Amino acid sequence: MESKIQNPPAKIPVAHFALLAALLVAGGIAFFSSHIDPYHLDVLTNIGINVILAVSLNLVNGHTGQFSLGHAGFMSVGAYLSAAVTLHFAPKILGGDDGTVFQTGALFLTALLAGGLAAALAGLLVGLPSLRLKGDYLAIVTLGFGQIIVVVFQNIEALGGALGLNGIPNYTSVFWVLAFAAVTVFTVGCLVRSTYGRGFLAVRDDEVSAAAIGLDTTRYKIVAFVIGAFFAGIAGGLYAHFRLTITPGGFDFSKSIEIVVMVILGGMGNTLGVILAAVLLTLLPEVLRPVAEYRMIIYSFLLIVLMLVRPQGLFNFKSGKGKI
Amino acid sequence: MTEFLQQLVNGLSLGAIYALIALGYTMVYGVLRFINFAHSEVFMVGAMIAWKLGQYLPNGTLWGGLVVLAAAMAGCAVLGVTIERLVYRPLRGTATLNVLITAIGVSLLLQSVFQHPRVFGATPQLFPAVFPSKNFTFGGLAISSNQLVVITVAALLIVVLQLVIFRTRMGRAMRAVALNPSAAQLVGVNLNAVISFTFALGSALAGAGGVLYALNYPSVEPLMGVMPGLKAFVAAVLGGIGSIPGAALGGLILGTIETLVGGSATLSTYKDAIAFAVLIFILLCRPTGLLGRAATEKV
Repeated sequence: MESKIQNPPAKIPVAHFALLAALLVAGGIAFFSSHIDPYHLDVLTNIGINVILAVSLNLVNGHTGQFSLGHAGFMSVGAYLSAAVTLHFAPKILGGDDGTVFQTGALFLTALLAGGLAAALAGLLVGLPSLRLKGDYLAIVTLGFGQIIVVVFQNIEALGGALGLNGIPNYTSVFWVLAFAAVTVFTVGCLVRSTYGRGFLAVRDDEVSAAAIGLDTTRYKIVAFVIGAFFAGIAGGLYAHFRLTITPGGFDFSKSIEIVVMVILGGMGNTLGVILAAVLLTLLPEVLRPVAEYRMIIYSFLLIVLMLVRPQGLFNFKSGKGKI
Repeated sequence: MTEFLQQLVNGLSLGAIYALIALGYTMVYGVLRFINFAHSEVFMVGAMIAWKLGQYLPNGTLWGGLVVLAAAMAGCAVLGVTIERLVYRPLRGTATLNVLITAIGVSLLLQSVFQHPRVFGATPQLFPAVFPSKNFTFGGLAISSNQLVVITVAALLIVVLQLVIFRTRMGRAMRAVALNPSAAQLVGVNLNAVISFTFALGSALAGAGGVLYALNYPSVEPLMGVMPGLKAFVAAVLGGIGSIPGAALGGLILGTIETLVGGSATLSTYKDAIAFAVLIFILLCRPTGLLGRAATEKV
């Protein structure tokens, strides 16, 4: 403690170096991407998107202890809005040709941020009423909102209805995905380590005590929810510009479950574990591709066995038994 | 008016099926405090058993239908008890979330096993008309015998369930466990036996629900349980999860509202959303559901 007081020039925290390193790695991979097998790049892109989704849900489920089953709903808001932005503005700004790298980059970034903000707004609208509920009830209400969002998208003809949006420009590159994954991990990591962020952990560990020492617990829950939704929206935007086609059905209950499984398998609140789980669970279906017929059977069987054998999460080595 | 009454009848028969499934959710929640996500797959397996058996039995006879129904219920009871014994029991005492994820795992496993071409495959198959089918009209109101079967069987099963829970020793033990598991054990209730019995009972009801559902929408497929299961779960929460009359009431309300909305011209495309909208509305007004009791949180 004392040595810190005696050294006024503040050191740059490790996390910032980690972010810088991750961004450099992302740039490096993007620079050599023409030499990498496109299949591997696709898998890497999928991993990045899933890392964003899992780490952002981890802020809500793991760090703040609020069990949300509607993350895919926020992802769909981001996906649809950012796709609508690029589809609408790309012809106007870029004209007939493809535009310079800078122009498309700026447009894509704007679209992603717009998608993220819209998802955050949706998170606020969903979170304000539902975060009064607890546990299973909260889970089922978020599930309900997720389903409602899907049905609403199915009914908006301007966004393609049940058939979805087609012809979204292919803007997502490995660089964007890995960079945003790094930013997400950095933001969530710094947030929960900050003075303010301790509030999230307090709400998770003991809501009554947290309220007793004067924390506005509802506010903390909503902040976590909104930030989680924001990054889910970003991931949705990246997903839309990677898949080039989005349908409402792709963001249903089972997608939310997929993300929740990553968080729980990684060990709730354990960021590194959640990242590893996201990587593993994205790779697993690819590895099982040769036995495609049995893929889902093996996947679900492994899920059950893992939960029976390691209830505290696959990559959680600190606590002996699973808590929360 | 006739149109409205017609939709009401249709809604009641759908609601009766939801109620049957919702009862299983609510009973398991009552004793174990966790959402058994695999319940909707037990429902699907019930329909599958009936589909397989319906091919060997003469169709359109009452006894044939009842045999199919009984077989599906028995098969589902065995399945439910097996799942509990193999998967949920080792996890008892760990965090609810883990059990929840495991339940999702079981649900995915059953779905994917049935999706495998050697078992059933992904294409929907026509469900045989195991019960005699006939259409009755009462003053402009068309009621099919299938709807009558659904409503009668569901009402009968709910009455039997009520008798089991309030008039038998096992039922009393179930209520005791729901109230306080450790205190129940202290007075000599065999916890494992009660939980197995609860799973058997709930799964048998889900199996019956599966047969009745398949009868009304004559096709079966491995993913058929997902939506009805989710809706039935919503019904259970709507009525107050853990409350048995609540589950029945929630199922009926949900089925009726859904059918009425589906029948209206402007809102019909929002049919799947309406269940959740109603749920959210009720939970925000009454956070423990319609008939649920608020548990005081002890610090």
